[in-house]
Amino acid sequence: MALNAKTITNEELFYGHKACGGCGAALAIRLALKVLGKRAITVIPPNCMSTVGFIYPHMPMFVNGMIPPFAGTAASMSGILAGAKAQGLKDYYVVGFAGDGGTADIGLQSLSGMIDRNDRAIFICYDNEAYMNTGVQKSSLTPYGMRTTNTPTGQHIHGSQTSKKRMFEIVAAHGIPYAATASLGYLEDYLAKVEKAKNTDGTSYIHVMTPCPTGWGTPSDVTVDLAKEAVDCGLWYLAEYENGEFKLNRNPKEFTPVENYLKGQSRFSSLDAEDIRRITAERDASWARMRRDWVK
Amino acid sequence: MERPKADLAYVVKKIPQGPAFPTGQLHDISSGMRTFRPVIDTEKCVDCLRCFLVCPDGAVDKSGEKPQVDYDYCKGCGICARECKLKAITMEKEAEA
Amino acid sequence: MSEKLFVSGDEAVALAARQAKPQVIAAYPITPQTIVVERLSDFVEDGSLKSEYLYVESEHSAMAACLGASAIGARTFTATSSQGLLYMVEGLHYASGSRFPIVMMNANRSIAAPWSIYNDQRDSLSQLESGWIQLYAENAQEAYDMVLQAYRIGEDPAVMLPVMVNLDGFVLTHTYELIHTLDQDKVDAFIPHKPFANSLNLDKPMATCITAGPPYNTEFRYQQHVDTLKAEEKIEAADADFGKLFGRSYGGMLESYRSEDAEAILVTLGSVAGTARCVVDAYRAAGKKVGLVKLRCMRPFPAEKLVAAVKGAKAVGVLEKDISCGFEGVVYTDLNSAMKARNVTVPTANYVGGLGGRSISKEDIGGIFDALLSGKLDAKNAEFINLRRDLCGAEC
Repeated sequence: MALNAKTITNEELFYGHKACGGCGAALAIRLALKVLGKRAITVIPPNCMSTVGFIYPHMPMFVNGMIPPFAGTAASMSGILAGAKAQGLKDYYVVGFAGDGGTADIGLQSLSGMIDRNDRAIFICYDNEAYMNTGVQKSSLTPYGMRTTNTPTGQHIHGSQTSKKRMFEIVAAHGIPYAATASLGYLEDYLAKVEKAKNTDGTSYIHVMTPCPTGWGTPSDVTVDLAKEAVDCGLWYLAEYENGEFKLNRNPKEFTPVENYLKGQSRFSSLDAEDIRRITAERDASWARMRRDWVK
Repeated sequence: MERPKADLAYVVKKIPQGPAFPTGQLHDISSGMRTFRPVIDTEKCVDCLRCFLVCPDGAVDKSGEKPQVDYDYCKGCGICARECKLKAITMEKEAEA
Repeated sequence: MSEKLFVSGDEAVALAARQAKPQVIAAYPITPQTIVVERLSDFVEDGSLKSEYLYVESEHSAMAACLGASAIGARTFTATSSQGLLYMVEGLHYASGSRFPIVMMNANRSIAAPWSIYNDQRDSLSQLESGWIQLYAENAQEAYDMVLQAYRIGEDPAVMLPVMVNLDGFVLTHTYELIHTLDQDKVDAFIPHKPFANSLNLDKPMATCITAGPPYNTEFRYQQHVDTLKAEEKIEAADADFGKLFGRSYGGMLESYRSEDAEAILVTLGSVAGTARCVVDAYRAAGKKVGLVKLRCMRPFPAEKLVAAVKGAKAVGVLEKDISCGFEGVVYTDLNSAMKARNVTVPTANYVGGLGGRSISKEDIGGIFDALLSGKLDAKNAEFINLRRDLCGAEC
C-alpha cells in the first residue's frame, strides 16, 4: 500500500513540541513515526529534537524515548535492542534520530559499530547542514560556502571551506542491508524509504535533508519547497543502497540552476560568481561519479 | 478534532525517582509563537490533504470531511499555505491581543 | 553447585557475573580487565550464560549500550579500567543521574600520562563525583561476593543506582587465590531480577534520561544525593544478609581490624589492606598498638562510621594509591572533612603509594606505622612512600 497523505494515520506521535515554526527535522520525525507506529522506541541524542521533545513535565513524544549521550546514539540503540531481546519483547522498532553531529561527527564511531553488528534498528540522520542546536556551527555535513557562526563570511573567507562528508557512501561501504538518501521535498519517497527500513532485517540508515529556517536564513514556509529545489538542482540526490547495489532513484537529464536554490538563503548570501562556479563544478563531478558507478 | 490536548492546570507535585516520566503528556501549547494563522477555505479545498502531510507540527487534523487546524499547536509557519496547490489556505495576521 | 576453585581476581568476577545472570553485557577490552570479558564470552559460548553479549567499539559505547539496556529494564554488566573508565565518564553520570542499576567491575589501573598498565587507584578515585556507589575488594573471594552484593544493592527499588566494584589491576585481577562459589539457587534467591519501575515500556511509553530545567534540576539532584546517602543502610544490610546466608561478610561499609584500642590506625582500601593486616598482626605481636580500618565503600562515604572507628587513636594515616596533584590524596581529604565536621581532632597524615604499579611492601607499611607511632606527622603535605628521591632532582 503506497504511503501518502491519504493512507498514513491521522494519529500524531510527535505533537506539541517546541521546535521553530517550519522546522524540517520535526516534520521528518513526525512522518517517520507515523510509519513506525506506537511501538517505536526513539533514541534522540542532545540536539534540537530532543531539546524540544522532552522538557519535563511536557512530553511531546508519544512513544518510548531516550536521550542517550551525544556520541552514543547508535550504541544506546543497540543496548535497548539487546535489553528488549533478552526480555523476549516483540514487535517494536528502535529508531534513532540524529542530526549532523550525532551522525557524521561525534556520533560516527558508534554508528559504525551498530552497522558492523547489523543490529536491527533504523538510524535516521536529519541533515540540516550544521550543528543547529548549539547555534548553527559548522559540521562535516555543512556544504561549501555556507555561513555558520564559526565559519563566518567576510572579505577573506566565504564561509565553510569543505564539502559535505559522503555519509551515505560511508554507511554503504559497511555493507549495510539498506541505506537511502531522502528529502522533505519528496515526501512520498521518504515515507516509502522509512517503510523499507522498517522491514529490513538488520541495520538500516536514512539520510534525509531537512531544511532549517533558523539556521539557513529562510522564511519558515519554504522548508518543503527548498528541500525539493535542493534535489532538483542536483545539490542533493535521492538514492538507495540495497542488497549490495547502489541505485539512483532520480536521475534528471537537466538540473535547475544552483543559483535559484542558493539565492533565497541568507546562509549563502556572500557567495560570489567564483563560488557558484565551484559549487556547480562539484555538483557536476559528483553526478558524473554517481552516474558512472551507480547507473547500469 | 482528533488531536492531543494539553492539561494546562497540571502542576508537578513530586518529581519521579529519576528523570524518567510517562511520555505523551502535554502541559503547554504552541500558539504563542504565532504571528499569522492559516485559514482553510473549505469551499476551495478538495481534501487532497497535502497540508496535513507537510505540517511539521501535525497541527492539521484530517479526521473530518475537510482538514482542520488545531490552533493550540499551529505555529503559523505557513508551509501548508505555500504547499496548497489550490491556494485554499491564506495566512491571516493574528488578531491584535 | 558450590565449588572450591583456584582462580584469578578477574576470573572470580566473571564467575560471579555469570551467576548474577545479566541479560546484557556490553564491554570493551582493556588490560587488566580483559580476562573478565573473555571468560564471559566463554560462558556464553558454552551455554552456561544466557546473555546478549554486545561487541561494542569503545568504552563510551559500552556504557551507552548499558544505558540503553538498563533503560528498557534489563539487568546489565560491564567492566573496564583506567583510560576506558575515563572515556565513559559522561556515561557514568548518565547512569547514576538516570537511576540505572548497572553493575561494573573496574580494574584499578593508572591513568596516562605517563602511560602505564599497572595498578593504582587514580581511575576510580578520580570519579567519586560520578554518582556511582564505589566498592573496593581486598581479595578474590571478596570480589566474587561483592559482584553479587552489588546487584542486591543497586537494584533495590529505594536505591536504583549503578555500582562500581573495584579490584586492583594485576595485583588482584591477575593473582590466583582459592574461592568458594555459591549454589546458583541461592544466588537466584539473593538477587532475583525484578522489573524496574522507571523502565521504557511498550504498553506504557516512558521518556527517560530527559531534560530537567532550572525549576526542577536541583530537586532531581537532591533526591539522588539523599538516596545515595541512604544507600549506606542497604550496603550494610546486603553484606549482613550475605553473611547470614552464606557465612561470609566483610563489615559492611568498612572493616575495623584490631583498631578498637589502637594508638596508630592505618586507613586504606583495596588489596593493600591484606598486606596491612599482616603488618598489624606482626606489630601487635611485638606489643605495638596498631590497627587497620579498611574502607570497603568510598561512595556513599561512611563518614560517621569511619570517624567513630578512628577517633580513639593518637594518630591516623591514610594510605591511598592516588594523588590530586596540587593538593593531597582524595581519601585523606574525605577523612579530614568527616573528622572536622564531627569536631574530632586526632592528628592525621597522608601516605601516597603504589602509583603506576609500584609495590607496597610490609616494610613500607611498617614505616608508616612507625611514623604514626612516633607522633611526627605532617598533616599538610602528602608523603610519597617508597619514592626514588634520587631520580627526582634537587627540588624533591
